[in-house]
Amino acid sequence: MSEHSHGHRHDHARTFQPDHDSGGPLPYLQVMEIATRELLIEKGIITPQDVQRQIERMDARGHSRGARVVARAWSDPQFKSRLLANGRAGCDEMGITDLEALHLVIVENTDKVHNVIVCTLCSCYPKPLLGLPPAWYKSLPYRRRMVREPRAVLTEFGVELPNEVVVRVHDSTADMRYMVLPRRPEGTEGWSEERLAGIVSRDCLIGVALPHA
Amino acid sequence: MSARFRVGEAVAVRAAYPPGHIRTPYYIRGKRGVVERICGEFANPEELAFGRDGLPKRPLYRVRFRQRQVWPDYAGAGEDTVDVEIFEHWLEPAAGEGAR
Repeated sequence: MSEHSHGHRHDHARTFQPDHDSGGPLPYLQVMEIATRELLIEKGIITPQDVQRQIERMDARGHSRGARVVARAWSDPQFKSRLLANGRAGCDEMGITDLEALHLVIVENTDKVHNVIVCTLCSCYPKPLLGLPPAWYKSLPYRRRMVREPRAVLTEFGVELPNEVVVRVHDSTADMRYMVLPRRPEGTEGWSEERLAGIVSRDCLIGVALPHA
Repeated sequence: MSARFRVGEAVAVRAAYPPGHIRTPYYIRGKRGVVERICGEFANPEELAFGRDGLPKRPLYRVRFRQRQVWPDYAGAGEDTVDVEIFEHWLEPAAGEGAR
């Protein structure tokens, strides 16, 4: 019943991980989910529409709030210091208050340090800020290799770093969730926060891409 | 909160392999690092996993490890690090230099 015991391996770099079942027997936890959901509906505790609405709400949540936080930090150095000291308080300041139990750590990229996020044990991810994690983030090859050979994985994502830049991998093994504050690229002087947010992709916030003007 | 270790202190992760739901990854057990920050106190996931309340809460640390110490054949730069969240009951004092 372990989610880790499904047996197949994908050792190639940018692994394909199906989002949907392949028609085989349902795994134990999926059967349990269906059974629990049907019971809750049958007993009138939730409705199928509640389930649908919640799924749509989660699907609709992208990384735009994370990008807005970065754009504010690029535009306001004092906000940036407060954000780095306390990620949650920084979001509060921006009116992003529905972060549930998120304990947020913001890690800043500089000319000397590059940060990247992984969860080797499962797929912990700051969903209220970044939306649902991409399939590759949950894949075994990413989780296994990002701690073992981060520079090789980053190169495959197109991020080449000189040896003088320290690579810091952050393994979210417990209650903290992480977001990378990328470096503001050259050529963005005088840009509005809205325009800046537009160049901050989800992958920049995980640390596997760099923003470009 | 009374935390046993201070920021900057050298620590070692217990090299223990008990059964159950453990949030200390295998690859970091037995390794030495330095406390990067104290995250606060959180319910013990090893208890929560079995439907118990996880109380008393346990101090949680972020510990910074040098990749070269974690993986002897690490191919990247010598200063590269991996930071891992580890509960206090998985840490022991470590004599000598740390990872910073």
